Amino acid sequence: MTKTPLQFRHNGREVALFVDGGTNLLVVLREMLGDVTPKFGCGQGGCGACTVLIDGEAHLSCLTLAETVEGRAVETLDGIKTGPNLHPLQQAFAEGFAAQCGYCTPGMLMAAKALLDRIPQPSREQVVEAISGNICRCTGYEPIINAVLAAAASRRASA
Amino acid sequence: MLELRKDIFADERDDNLNEVGKGTQRQDMLGHVTGTSTYFNDHKLQGMLHLRVVRSAQPHARLRRIDTSEAERSEGVRRIIRGSDVPRNLNTLLSLINFGKDDEPTLAVDKVRYRGEPIVAVVAETPRAAAEAAAKVRIDYEDLPAVFDVEEALKPGAPTVNETYPKNTFIYHERYDHQKLRFGDVERGLAQADHVLEQRYQMSPIEHAPVETNGSIAAPDTNGRYVVYTSTQALFFSLDTCAKILDLPSNTFHFIGGTVGGGFGGKVDTLTEPLAILAAMLTGRPVRYVLGREEEMQFGPPRGAERIYIKDGVMRDGRIVARQIRGYFDSGAYTRLSSYAVVKCAAHLPGPYTIPNVHGDIYCVFTNRTPATAMRGFGITGIDFALECQMDKLAHLIGMDPMEFRILNAYRDGDMKAHRREAKNTALIECVQVAAEKAKWPMREEFRRMSSRKDGGGARAAVPSTPRETAATRPAPAQQRTSYDRGLSSPPLEPPPPPPQSPAPSSSHGATRFSSVFGTRRR
Repeated sequence: MTKTPLQFRHNGREVALFVDGGTNLLVVLREMLGDVTPKFGCGQGGCGACTVLIDGEAHLSCLTLAETVEGRAVETLDGIKTGPNLHPLQQAFAEGFAAQCGYCTPGMLMAAKALLDRIPQPSREQVVEAISGNICRCTGYEPIINAVLAAAASRRASA
Repeated sequence: MLELRKDIFADERDDNLNEVGKGTQRQDMLGHVTGTSTYFNDHKLQGMLHLRVVRSAQPHARLRRIDTSEAERSEGVRRIIRGSDVPRNLNTLLSLINFGKDDEPTLAVDKVRYRGEPIVAVVAETPRAAAEAAAKVRIDYEDLPAVFDVEEALKPGAPTVNETYPKNTFIYHERYDHQKLRFGDVERGLAQADHVLEQRYQMSPIEHAPVETNGSIAAPDTNGRYVVYTSTQALFFSLDTCAKILDLPSNTFHFIGGTVGGGFGGKVDTLTEPLAILAAMLTGRPVRYVLGREEEMQFGPPRGAERIYIKDGVMRDGRIVARQIRGYFDSGAYTRLSSYAVVKCAAHLPGPYTIPNVHGDIYCVFTNRTPATAMRGFGITGIDFALECQMDKLAHLIGMDPMEFRILNAYRDGDMKAHRREAKNTALIECVQVAAEKAKWPMREEFRRMSSRKDGGGARAAVPSTPRETAATRPAPAQQRTSYDRGLSSPPLEPPPPPPQSPAPSSSHGATRFSSVFGTRRR
């Protein structure tokens, strides 16, 4: 099968590899780059577990053809800590019991990060809208929404 | 009283726990928020192969011919696995506790009994190669009449779903086709009730739909062992099930799990491990078998559907004097855990109420649907849904407040339950009182003063005389009335004495007692 060269920034690091035609970004991240923070849930764009940021915007990596991220910046949960310190969203999720089984958490955090990067002080409705593509089957939406709002509040306090 | 053997782990015990009411961090939280919690599918092993299962397209069919020749020649295929490759290709999950007969193959051989049933496994170098080869497996079906309804499945002449149980019911103790509960004389109770209400309740199957689908990775380890990374909720149960199916000592396997991406009961059936291990044994390479989302929905077992008929006799003053229940659990094509769900259901009758005449018949029924499994309170959830709907309808029928109606009929300490066990540590009255309080539901003072700890026992502790049934099967209840008000035709059968109306000291009534648990003493 013909391979296509692909080069993009992965969590701030330049990566280059060859992919088969039709390979999706989730497979590139998980299987080829070893970044298993985006999760496979459905492969159909229905659950949001594979959410990553492409040039700062939330995307479903299971439905993104790898070749389309050529030259772009891809950010996953693996890249949002600053050194040893948790990102304010991670801190707020941990403190607010916003994870149970943890499987939807990476996607939730990336969807939330896309929101806060765009709207630092969102309304509750904007938070709900931002994570509306992410399914949590442990039914923990309320603590997740509260954690996103708490992260926004902590940023405001520290600003 | 329940005896706690505290001496057994005395040096490891701490009776001074003080955790309730304050937050305690989960030990896995840091892993969850950093994405470093390791789920089974986060393991990538050198030379890993991928397994895909060819599933039945039919709900009930004889397998005339399975042709894998084209699939075997497909690019990247390393092995095709058939039912004849499985060392012990018949199992039932609860055989580990000697409950039930082996009734389910790992890979179907002669016939398929539900849509999605595994027939052939394809092991290939990539997921794509496995999928392409699986599409080349040719299966020649001879369709059989299928049955999808529990009551249809019990009719004479219904197609036999599972030959292990030819009458389409699980068999208890090698003789009984259902679970039976008899307490008092329900026919007499119904005849003497002021009102009789018979209703039919139907609960749909419910899919757990965990965000992480079921799956496992098996790999040859040193010393002839196999390491298995799995999504299972039941690690040692799955390990022993694999040992049985693969006919190997259980210490052949090293199971690694514990981090489950949502289970809710849907990951206890050992769906993927036996084939993943067998494929690793046959190829000498690590093998991954993970369900896609569509497979999870079609083949992943749901909470089973239930159909429940309840017929109650109630007096004008609110006392329930008879309760008759017929329940049908839809087990799907195989037993899995539904036999146990039915036992739980029967043990739960007639709900948390003291009723002098109770009659229950609960069946575990086989149909050509996806086998059912565990899910949060399975066996209880469906019957409670039906019972509590029924309680609301009964309260409405006699013009009584539904909360007060429950308190009136609630069991109390010292009462005799339908299973001939004394009710202890009962708390329904207090639960209803707290619920009413929190919902600001108006309730009369006398009901707010009632307590589970008072006025139980006595006449309510008696075991009523229970007519013995002849060996012949009783006909289905002839009464199928849907008009419930029968008027008072005969003197009422002796119901439990009405709960006393005497006021209790208000400082100790149940609602306050329970509210204090939440630290919100209201009055």
